[in-house]
Amino acid sequence: MAGSGAGQIVGVDVGGTFTDLVQMDPGTGAIRLAKVASTPANQADGVMAALAASETDLAAMDLVIHGTTTTTNAVLERRFARTGLITTQGFRDVLELGRRTRPQPYGMTGRFEPVIPRDLRLEVPERMDAEGRVVTPLDEDALAAAGRRLLAEGCEAVVVHFLHAYANPVHERCAGEILAGLWPNGYVTLGHALLAESREFERGVTAAVNAGVQPVLARYLDRLSARLAQGGYGGEVLVVNGNGGTVSSRLVAREAAKTVMSGPASGVIAAARTGRAAGVPDLITYDMGGTSTDVALIRGAEPAVSAEIEVDYALPIHVPMVDVRTVGAGGGSIARVTEAGLLEVGPASAGAVPGPICYGRGGTEPTISDANMLLGRLDPGRLAAVQGGVALADVAAAFEARLGRPLGLDAVGAAAAVVRMANTRMAGAIRMVSVSLGADPRDFALFAFGGAGPLHATALARELGVPRVLVPARPGITNALGCALADLRHDFVNTVNRPLDTIDETALHARFAAQRAEGEALLDAERVAIGTRRYLHSIDMQFVGQSHVVRVPLDNARPSRQTLASRFAEVYFERFRIALEGVPVNLVNINSSVIGERAAPDLGSLIDPIGRAARVAEAQIGQRPVHFGAWVDTPVYARERLPLDAAFDGPAVIEQMDTTILVEPGDRVRGDPMGNLLLEIVREAGA
Amino acid sequence: MSGEALDPITLSVIQAGLQQVCDEMDLAFSRAAFSPVIAEANDRSDGIYAATDGALIAQGAGGLPVFVGTMQESTRILIARIAAGETAAPEPGDIYIVNDPYLGGTHLMDVRFAMPVWRAGRIFCWMSNTGHWPDIGGSVPGGFSASATAVEQEGLRLPPVKLFKRGEMDREIYAIICSNIRVPEQRIGDVKAQAAALMVGEVRLSALLDRYGDAVVAAAIEELRLRAARQMRAAIAAVPEGVYRASAHIDSDGVVNEPLEIRLAVTRAGALGAERLVFDFAGSSAPCAGPMNSVLATTLSSVYLAVRHIFPDVPISAGAFEPLEVLRPEGTFLDARYPRPVSGCAAEVSQRIAEAVFLALAEALPERVTAAPAGTSGNFALGGQDPERGRGFVMYQLSGGGYGGWARGDGLSNGCSTIGISKAPPIEIMEQNFPVLYRRYALAEGSGGAGRHRGGFGLDYELELRRGKARASFVMDHGRFGPPGVLGGGDGAPNRVEVIRGGAVHVPEHLSKEQDLPLAPGDRVRVRTPGGGGYGPAAARDPAAVLEDVRLGRYSVAEAEALFGVVLGGSPLGVDAAATARRRGG
Repeated sequence: MAGSGAGQIVGVDVGGTFTDLVQMDPGTGAIRLAKVASTPANQADGVMAALAASETDLAAMDLVIHGTTTTTNAVLERRFARTGLITTQGFRDVLELGRRTRPQPYGMTGRFEPVIPRDLRLEVPERMDAEGRVVTPLDEDALAAAGRRLLAEGCEAVVVHFLHAYANPVHERCAGEILAGLWPNGYVTLGHALLAESREFERGVTAAVNAGVQPVLARYLDRLSARLAQGGYGGEVLVVNGNGGTVSSRLVAREAAKTVMSGPASGVIAAARTGRAAGVPDLITYDMGGTSTDVALIRGAEPAVSAEIEVDYALPIHVPMVDVRTVGAGGGSIARVTEAGLLEVGPASAGAVPGPICYGRGGTEPTISDANMLLGRLDPGRLAAVQGGVALADVAAAFEARLGRPLGLDAVGAAAAVVRMANTRMAGAIRMVSVSLGADPRDFALFAFGGAGPLHATALARELGVPRVLVPARPGITNALGCALADLRHDFVNTVNRPLDTIDETALHARFAAQRAEGEALLDAERVAIGTRRYLHSIDMQFVGQSHVVRVPLDNARPSRQTLASRFAEVYFERFRIALEGVPVNLVNINSSVIGERAAPDLGSLIDPIGRAARVAEAQIGQRPVHFGAWVDTPVYARERLPLDAAFDGPAVIEQMDTTILVEPGDRVRGDPMGNLLLEIVREAGA
Repeated sequence: MSGEALDPITLSVIQAGLQQVCDEMDLAFSRAAFSPVIAEANDRSDGIYAATDGALIAQGAGGLPVFVGTMQESTRILIARIAAGETAAPEPGDIYIVNDPYLGGTHLMDVRFAMPVWRAGRIFCWMSNTGHWPDIGGSVPGGFSASATAVEQEGLRLPPVKLFKRGEMDREIYAIICSNIRVPEQRIGDVKAQAAALMVGEVRLSALLDRYGDAVVAAAIEELRLRAARQMRAAIAAVPEGVYRASAHIDSDGVVNEPLEIRLAVTRAGALGAERLVFDFAGSSAPCAGPMNSVLATTLSSVYLAVRHIFPDVPISAGAFEPLEVLRPEGTFLDARYPRPVSGCAAEVSQRIAEAVFLALAEALPERVTAAPAGTSGNFALGGQDPERGRGFVMYQLSGGGYGGWARGDGLSNGCSTIGISKAPPIEIMEQNFPVLYRRYALAEGSGGAGRHRGGFGLDYELELRRGKARASFVMDHGRFGPPGVLGGGDGAPNRVEVIRGGAVHVPEHLSKEQDLPLAPGDRVRVRTPGGGGYGPAAARDPAAVLEDVRLGRYSVAEAEALFGVVLGGSPLGVDAAATARRRGG
């Protein structure tokens, strides 16, 4: 191991706009932060820039944990490595036909590009049935010929995807062995290996995405490792997966698809850890950025995980991932008046370019950020620093012309309406996310981060009936913090899909044990210090005749059928408030997660106690009128100056480097020793 | 309080709030429903309706399109029946159940619940939802009998009766229902979910009313209705004044092997600010013997959903429908009366009505309207006995097809039906549950209609019965005529059904419809679903795009020349520009 051995760690997260870094020295409690522009062409440039900006001595570091959007971007922009598919005869079009859908309920149009083009999808004779019995043996010669043909076509990666391979993988394994003998690199993905679950389109797309991003991810990590080594770093690089766990960079490309949704996952991990430490373990995370908002649910400090995420139209990636839902509203969401004379905010967005009017990059359409500026929620003084020379009057003129006139309002009235409408929409979207996960938002606290999250959080909490808002010490580097805090984690799923009363308990227990052993072996292969190992086991179940499943968490890996039946009934009732007695039950999937906990850095080190004022009043850096229905002269505080045990009432604006927190009149602010702020929402009387 | 006194922001917020109530009802219904048809295929819808006349106030965004206008008809009729004393008046906690097609419905499988929302002892509005039950009795499992000649053969018909009285389910009525449907023990889950969704709606709507006040919300509802009408009129102002005609054809009614014709004349009428579209189906075929009749509510709904496909931004509400005047098509199969069989109305006739609307308006709105989509739900049912599991089974394979080309691109391949939004089940799940083995699940090559923007491709699947005995039934369409192209585009390939029994190929007499064809182990069913129609002349298609389709095996070299006038040759394959110019120029 490099470094001092004291566990010096770097968490670095590459987002769409910014690359964030947190460097922690658990020995001294010292912390360094950096936020630099992301460099999409080669994300390693941004990482190195962040390391430089934070003056991190790479030679002294023990561990680098990295969140990257390399594979996310490759998928969304369809920049896959040239990839071929070998599949069961008669089924090469499964990847192109999808599940018979269209992108939206109304409008008979759409575009869809399969992950692998039709000419690189080859068929070979072989067939399993649903019970895993061989119907047609694998034609090994045809398989080898298909492999050679794909190579001749210039493919760099290959997928083997056979029907029912989740039930019996022997044909896929045999194909893998044959390909190992002729494929020049390791980029051979077997469908069942990544996801041993039925549903050929989802499993096939998951495997195809995996193969298509493997070389892209591996090349990026090679570049990054070389750069880090040049900088003197000799340790391990861990990469964050979409499940919120990390995997060594040496191993991660094997299951590269798991990194596709890793970006939002790290923020949720940080939220879960922060919530646990702050004694607020049930959270709805609310990460509002420029173009969209990510929402996730955390219960008992464990993020909700889903294996059914669709990252784009007809692009499912069915590996377990932190269940982050995106709602289409961000600071750049555009407000307009419809032909019915009603105000609408989003889904169109000004994006980063031209962006809101107040960015001065040529934006002309009123956005949420512009409204916040007109209302004094964002500091209008910042406009002076904007290059394009935009004045507040320009923003006001746009609001008046485009919104105010048709609505019969002045600019400020229009801006207030935009914020109100945006909050209504976002609250509705957050409700839908929580209700769809079987949760009542009133039982949660809102965890606000991202550039714009803390600005809207109290209003949303009020709208949702959420009693309090938790704003972490460093809302703008939450994702990097999540990297630094993430555990090692491996998830396993096996499909059974049999009536519960036909399940052999011994075989079930053996399956759990095998999943656990596989996870242990993967953890053993890691070269990172691991503390406690944790095991999560669950079963996906349904009533016979249903198609949707319910995940039933188990507290041990040796459940009896009786236990499973009663646990299922409990969980089903909890989620749907419906009890169905006497209806037979199916056991669909067996799931395990094997987690290697890393020693958690002390979150208290995230803040610098030096420079804190003794009293709240001394942290005040100004006063400005802020519009809360009417103009209210509102104190402005510097977050880093607030005493840790600060306690005061709104209205207030709290500014820090990367975000602005808005506290509405009457809401209560409380600081904690870790530098978090808890905002207690005071229920409105009457309306 | 008058609508004008409401500020537009409160109005916008209340509109969003009403929409949210319906969306949460949809979510609650799907999540708690027992059957996959509702839980996964979302074959359901939820809405809020006016207390006076059942006019649609708001409807969940995720509802099945075919239900877009039906529940306001059934609620309107229910309210009228209560006023006339034909149906018992409601008390708080009552929920009515009804599936009568002639009382504002679709087919019998679509079961509607309706519940008044009470405020201070008076009905403020109604909430209603529809769920497709997997079975409702009748001569065939699932209810899609291709050869029914009377509604009694199609299943149990319920007039509006109270299934829940003062919050408690009436076990006697439920027992009658259960005695008349297949697999009744699973239905209780759907019944509870359907009722629970209404309760969720009531709770959420009450919160909205408490917050803004009943009078303000009532005024907002009225104002939103006016504004939605204004928005629809602004949309249809894009249609130049005139009369637009089209016709669409159904292969047969399943009993008499003759095509049925939908004849449509759309008139864009009205002065500025009073624009309307008048839909006249006069001249369409007479009511038919088989189940391809439509009831009035379904015909109206089909027009509404087609218009909404063209203008997706206009909200779904009675106000938006006001400028759409559908003349009652009396005496035609689009206004069937008791006891005409109607099982094909929601899944097939509705799509052909929508197609007629698309075809009529294609020239008037070339930027918005697509060529005809496959337009059939592709219902293939297989019922039989599985000796290995020692039990009976009924499986459905519902299939998609190609969408029409459009102004900005080619049609989507294997899209779901015009009136649906549901996903097809995976083959692996089908094979887990039923004694069949699929031999092929592929793109129907060559099926996309030629055009500047070609149609999408249909599906080509083939499956084999592995064991036991079974009977195959088909309720599909577009077997006789492919989905038409527009603006000079070619038609998509028609639907094709072949049954290979004992090695001999059998094609249904009605091409797309047949009932209870016996199958033995080893027998196979092959279905090729329709491709979408082409948009614009095929000779205007970029030769490079034709080459790409051929390179990907979607069309043959011969089809490229015959359909698109593009001559390909050489190795690697390329466009012979000179020969193409001659072929296209000539």
